[in-house]
Amino acid sequence: MTEPILEVSGLVKHYPLTQGILFKKQVGSVKAVDGVDFALRRGETLGIVGESGCGKSTVAKMLVNLERPTEGRIRYKGEDITKLSGKALRTVRRNIQMVFQDPYTSLNPRMTVGDIIGEPFEIHPEVAPKGDRRARVRELLDVVGLNPEYINRYPHQFSGGQRQRIGIARGLALRPEVIVADEPVSALDVSVQAQVINLLDRLQAEFELSYLFIAHDLSIVRHISDRVGVMYLGRIVEIGRDAEIYDHPTHPYTQALLSAVPVPDPEAREQRDRIILAGDVPSPTNIPSGCRFRTRCWKAQERCTREVPLLAVPEEFRRVSGPAAHDSACHFAEEKRVVPPGQRPPGPTDDLGKEGP
Amino acid sequence: MLLEVRDLQVEFRTRDGIAKAVNGVSYAVDAGETLAVLGESGSGKSVTAQAVMGILDIPPGRITGGEILFQGRDLLKLKEDERRKVRGAEMAMIFQDALSSLNPVLSVGDQLGEMFVVHRGMSRKDARTKAVELMDHVRIPAARERVKDYPHQFSGGMRQRIMIAMALALEPALIIADEPTTALDVTVQAQVMDLLAELQREYHMGLILITHDLGVVADVADRIAVMYAGRIVESAPVHDIYKAPAHPYTRGLLDSIPRLDQKGQELYAIKGLPPNLMNIPPGCAFNPRCPMAQDVCRTDVPPLYEVSGERRSACHFWRECLHD
Amino acid sequence: MPEPTPEPEPRLPDAHVPGPARTPQEGAIADTGAGGTMDLATAEGESLEKTPGGPLGTGPAEKPRSLWSDAWRDLRRNPVFIVSGLIILFLVFISLWPGAITWMSPLKCDLAKAQEGSQPGHPFGFDGQGCDVYTRTVYGARTSVSVGVCATLGVALLGSVLGGLAGFFGGAGDSVLSRITDIFFAIPVVLGGLVLLSVVTSNTIWPVIGFMVLLGWPQISRIARGSVITAKQNDYVQAARALGASNSRILLRHIAPNAVAPVIVVATIALGTYISLEATLSYLGVGLKPPRVSWGIDISAASPYIRNAPHALLWPSGALAVTVLAFIMLGDAVRDALDPKLR
Repeated sequence: MTEPILEVSGLVKHYPLTQGILFKKQVGSVKAVDGVDFALRRGETLGIVGESGCGKSTVAKMLVNLERPTEGRIRYKGEDITKLSGKALRTVRRNIQMVFQDPYTSLNPRMTVGDIIGEPFEIHPEVAPKGDRRARVRELLDVVGLNPEYINRYPHQFSGGQRQRIGIARGLALRPEVIVADEPVSALDVSVQAQVINLLDRLQAEFELSYLFIAHDLSIVRHISDRVGVMYLGRIVEIGRDAEIYDHPTHPYTQALLSAVPVPDPEAREQRDRIILAGDVPSPTNIPSGCRFRTRCWKAQERCTREVPLLAVPEEFRRVSGPAAHDSACHFAEEKRVVPPGQRPPGPTDDLGKEGP
Repeated sequence: MLLEVRDLQVEFRTRDGIAKAVNGVSYAVDAGETLAVLGESGSGKSVTAQAVMGILDIPPGRITGGEILFQGRDLLKLKEDERRKVRGAEMAMIFQDALSSLNPVLSVGDQLGEMFVVHRGMSRKDARTKAVELMDHVRIPAARERVKDYPHQFSGGMRQRIMIAMALALEPALIIADEPTTALDVTVQAQVMDLLAELQREYHMGLILITHDLGVVADVADRIAVMYAGRIVESAPVHDIYKAPAHPYTRGLLDSIPRLDQKGQELYAIKGLPPNLMNIPPGCAFNPRCPMAQDVCRTDVPPLYEVSGERRSACHFWRECLHD
Repeated sequence: MPEPTPEPEPRLPDAHVPGPARTPQEGAIADTGAGGTMDLATAEGESLEKTPGGPLGTGPAEKPRSLWSDAWRDLRRNPVFIVSGLIILFLVFISLWPGAITWMSPLKCDLAKAQEGSQPGHPFGFDGQGCDVYTRTVYGARTSVSVGVCATLGVALLGSVLGGLAGFFGGAGDSVLSRITDIFFAIPVVLGGLVLLSVVTSNTIWPVIGFMVLLGWPQISRIARGSVITAKQNDYVQAARALGASNSRILLRHIAPNAVAPVIVVATIALGTYISLEATLSYLGVGLKPPRVSWGIDISAASPYIRNAPHALLWPSGALAVTVLAFIMLGDAVRDALDPKLR
């Protein structure tokens, strides 16, 4: 196992809620991220899933230094990057890049594609000598599967998927080691999603990238990730290898989440044991005491209101070495298989339609 | 048949020409039945529904042909005020974005009650009681207290429930749901879809579910109509289509979803671009992207071939596709 | 770190796709007005655009089009723009070279001809002082246009810099600026003009311009602040920040070009109102004073004789109305072109 390239510990982001026009006084805080730990290893893809408002995008912003954490550390190759400024910060920024969700707002409509992809070189002139930049941009367009001739066009002349490729090319320009992708395909149509996911997969192999892949679509996350973390209300509640999370979830929230995903197979309709959660996610300004999931959990007991469950391998699985023995923040963790096994078994039938022209 | 759309054609006049959004769509829904209309953005699935509801923007839109038979009457031949009576009372629509579909300055109770005051001539007080009943019915907790709240005070899932309550208020015979759960989180999505399915059974309504999500379709639909470039390319009972699609486009869509229960290598991706609606390719609209395309596909528009009893496919080579 | 090889890399099997029979450009910006579905219809779904100009595909012949050039293309087709543009061009021309279409001095008057109507060589007749109305109306354009243009430039510059910085940096400075703009909004323009300008003795256009800038900047500052805040929230600004771009770079490269459109629109419309404000102030006797030539002065001077010599009132007021209307129409046309979504 390789050493972590990015290590996050005790990450917290609270946004103060203020009242008053000129003299502001704090009346509370939105606890967007409330103690997150994880490690991203070199060449690995860590998927973060969770519903809207769980803080996954805020984590992404802190990783690329768009937000300063309230507390906690982000270590890049062992060095804490949360307090950096000036030159050191610029170097780190070069190495951690971001791909945004919305391909329509993430590209400046007044700039040509060449200027957009070339901007990283202007900000970090040491990466590419001036005369070389145009050629580098063409190269990048080619790498992401766009015609290099389109260098002088404007973003509105492209479709959604093509724009996302432009965004990816911009993220690749500085040869980062880590790419933080915040819902990179959720704004795209199904068939286009597949194209972009394939592109990300190929680029990872080609440039030895480490991905932090944030999404709410569980099937896509599983497809691309080596490990998966499940977030709920500002915290990771369960984390492990993809098979551990998807096939042997031990946290009730993960189980509910997985069981709620509609499976594109009508035969599974009746067999599936669906867990329908009651109610909505509590407000991040007012997080329940103890376990934050207890208000919607069917297993909640008195202990859950008192004790905050830690993200660790639960006691009952500590002695066994199986796929269930992974970190899960639940007092009453218990394995439950929610994805029905054996639908469309992997095999040659999967390749239907792949014969090509 | 509750609703029957026959050979509907809709076009939009734009600055750059005429966009043919719907090119001869026919489908039918019976009471108590769920028809899923599946397609990517721009396939014409929403435009067809807007035409059925009579909420199409005219201009730039224009219905150039076809009939929409609802309980035997052709809606396109009705006068606007007769049409209005049908809308809301006999057919209702649920939109994707509940927040922008609700009036932010009226309490949800007033908005729900409005339906009874306008269509049923009830008093304000009775309407309020009805509103509470409805909110209870769509399982909004503490309905009596919350009836005075404003839309922004509800969460996304609750707002969508209120939309459903509004659609159900007058017990319509047909509900059209346009991407009703796309904006919601997965766990809430499941709640809302379940509620919708249950209410549909209870009232024995016809439901047209417009979506791009193959998973949602598999969960609730009885039959599917797959749309591409303003045409239905395949229609079939839900089980058949997932087992063995009879159109290469449907198959491409099915193959390009990563499945929870199988970690694939490279995802299958449909090549090429969807057609420009101003310039739809001759022959089969899907031919430039189709792995099975032959010469005939570039010249002849495929009719909806009868595959079996209830199955139709607009592919010249549906047999090959089915047995491949 | 691996180097990307300049030669083409191995691609997915379906990467080389012959260009299908459509051009993404047409669809991507076609504001069809048919709702999102239609826009997305053509904008969405795509493939690897690897083959330039396939048989029917998008070749390099397709010109890159910026949003500005699109706006210009729209404007040229808009009759409102053409009409108002021609009027404004004519106004600018006669204010630079009034002598080109007149043949006497606006100050040369003959009391004997006072209030006389139209006659050869004097198409608009004479005013109460016996001055040629045609000549004075032409020369009046110079004052109006220069007051309008200078005041607008001053207002736009001051307002957008202050508002833009406040919107970009936020914080205490923004709060203070917002309160100051509120205070300025509370000052009634005409009353303020009567008070402030009555103490000024100089009879040039500068005090009037200064007054307009003083009272006008908060309007632009608000617009600029709002549009900078809107532009600031776009992901491309975040993207630039994540790349390590400096504040000045973000402001100048990313925010300013995207935030300037509303400022241009409001400033164009404001230009018209400044021209009428100048006339109002001159009419009230606190703006410009004779012997300077201005439409406001002429309207003021002609109003007592409205029964006997209505022409002396109608021509300068007509010129004023047409000018103001032209600028407001231009502003409207520019807004339509810059923001097609509003239509």
